[in-house]
Amino acid sequence: MRRAATGVGVVILSMVTMPLLGALAPAAWAQETVKVGLIQPLSGSVAASGNYVRMGAEIGRDWINARGGVLGRQVQLLIEDNKSDPKEAATAAEKLIVRDKVPVIVGAWGSSMTLAAMPKLEEYGVPMVVETSSAATVTKRGNPWVFRISPPSEMEAVGLEKYLKDLGIKQADFLAVNTDWGRGSVTAFGDLLKKSGAGVGSVEFMEQAATDMNAQITKVKAGSADTLFLTTSVEQITLVLRQAQEQRLVRKIITTGGSSSPSQLIKQAGEAAEGTLHILFFLPWFPEAMPDGKLAKAFVDEWKKRGHPFEGLTEGFRGHDGVLTAVEAIRIAGKAEPKAVRDAMWQVSVMGVNGPIKFEKDGPAGKESGQSKPSIFIVQIKDGKIALPSFAAKK
Amino acid sequence: MDQLLQHLLNGLLLGSTYSLLGIGLTLVFGLMNVVNFAHGEFYTLGAYAAFAVLVGLSVNFFLALPLAIVVGGLAGAGCEWLLLRPLRGASIDTTMLVMIGLWIALQNGELLAWGGVAKSVPTPFSTTPLVLGPVSVSALRIFVFVTSIVLIVGAHLLLARTRLGRAMRATFQDRETAALMGVSIERIHTVTFALGAGLAAAAGALLGPVFLLYPSMGDLASQKAFSVVILGGLGNFAGAAVGGVLLGVAEELGAGYVSSGYRDAVGFVIIVAMLLVRPSGLFARAERVG
Repeated sequence: MRRAATGVGVVILSMVTMPLLGALAPAAWAQETVKVGLIQPLSGSVAASGNYVRMGAEIGRDWINARGGVLGRQVQLLIEDNKSDPKEAATAAEKLIVRDKVPVIVGAWGSSMTLAAMPKLEEYGVPMVVETSSAATVTKRGNPWVFRISPPSEMEAVGLEKYLKDLGIKQADFLAVNTDWGRGSVTAFGDLLKKSGAGVGSVEFMEQAATDMNAQITKVKAGSADTLFLTTSVEQITLVLRQAQEQRLVRKIITTGGSSSPSQLIKQAGEAAEGTLHILFFLPWFPEAMPDGKLAKAFVDEWKKRGHPFEGLTEGFRGHDGVLTAVEAIRIAGKAEPKAVRDAMWQVSVMGVNGPIKFEKDGPAGKESGQSKPSIFIVQIKDGKIALPSFAAKK
Repeated sequence: MDQLLQHLLNGLLLGSTYSLLGIGLTLVFGLMNVVNFAHGEFYTLGAYAAFAVLVGLSVNFFLALPLAIVVGGLAGAGCEWLLLRPLRGASIDTTMLVMIGLWIALQNGELLAWGGVAKSVPTPFSTTPLVLGPVSVSALRIFVFVTSIVLIVGAHLLLARTRLGRAMRATFQDRETAALMGVSIERIHTVTFALGAGLAAAAGALLGPVFLLYPSMGDLASQKAFSVVILGGLGNFAGAAVGGVLLGVAEELGAGYVSSGYRDAVGFVIIVAMLLVRPSGLFARAERVG
């Protein structure tokens, strides 16, 4: 009687477990893809940059899939538009996590958008590779799900430090977008200038969607500074340069944040962009100068082959590097599970288009975010072309 | 002093465009009692229409403006015929919701058609600024200013002096009586809405080359247009014209002498103050019910 009961038990047990085992069989899994979420501003006031990052991310995905994908599966990119709006960025993160169940996200361009999405990462426990945002707070806030491959403004300022003497800045004004990025950048570069003995003149802000910056320019013009630090998206940089030309503002203009797409400025701002200096994290004009020249060259060639606009390259590489980093973490984790992917981020060591990507701890102890140390460059628009400034070419 | 002059000039140039945006909106509200949330989208449409004929068909820059007005006017007439005509007599809230829907649909349509990356419109004007003593300004902005004034005055004359204008005013004062006098009411509704949309499209075609084109550009324009209309008094034509310039100058001086971070706030502070002191706007007339 007892034996019979055991026999029935075994049958029931096997009936329950068989389908489960079947589901775990590799054949069934092979049909599925590994999902990677991407949040970018694809519409709204900073849409150019977001679209370029998306194009780069698609190249990253296709290259990885051509090499056989990850964990024996193909990588699928799930793209959400944050509409250049922090509120939408939080919604997009939630949608990717809850509905699509992505194990990792890449995003969300602007610092304010990234900061708005970050609480969702912590709430659901999903890691995010931050590909563009520059505000220090992104990694200082104590969110252990954040891994940034773009440089914070402080790091950019340090990158500029060695050229300060050559630039000959005595006093500088600031014009920045009124977001976490713009305000953070003013602090970082302001500190650098004060440390080196240069003065900080007027500090002006503009709303992200603003189109008329004449008031700010008139105010800057009334001052006596020799340099203007400009921090915003390529759309507003275009408008500021044009309006500065209308008002005959004579300043050495330096853009920060790496989102100035200088080739687009040459096209859309024309003469007004002449002489301006730009901090960048990719040099598509001289790919051989990048840490991995071959990879950079291949990326530029693939970008052109797809018919993407050349001016988008300085932004587009971020998408490639972000997806590369996210997928590498999945590979190391051995499974597409958010917590495992987060833990694996700390072991990531890959060569991106920008250079080596490897995370160091940043932020309050015990809740550190990851921060990589990207390569930083400076270029100048000369005679309608991109050139390395003479002082940078020397070094 | 030089700085103040430049600020005043900037404010005047900016304000004239606000006026142009405001009159189209106030016209549709004052005459039709329709709160046109899609106003900014006709602005966007005008800008892209000008861009399309300039770059696609390479027509003359000065011909692109009237073409854009025609496109905007036709689109406005189409929307009126399709969406507002069936709602004749419906409450103001119903039409408002329909207009919000139209706004979202048009904006996403623009995004689908043109993509999110900003476009720049080529102009025949030199980028070298005109220097007038201590101030300077680009030739393009002078052109935009003069054309805005011409359009505002033209719209005013159309309303005040022509048979059509009289018919429009009569219709919206008293539908039945106007109909008895032989005015074709349905046609007047369509023409009025088309005029409002055409004015918005004109603003878009004029300002597109000054700024950049992107699908959500209408949001800012709409926001400014509504500010101007509230400042000038709902449905008040002269109020919108003067309100636009006031708003432009106030924003400019606020950004120049108070704080550029609060530039948009300056405009809203003025509107709040206006609503407290003169709730029906600058040039309120007794018969208007806001």
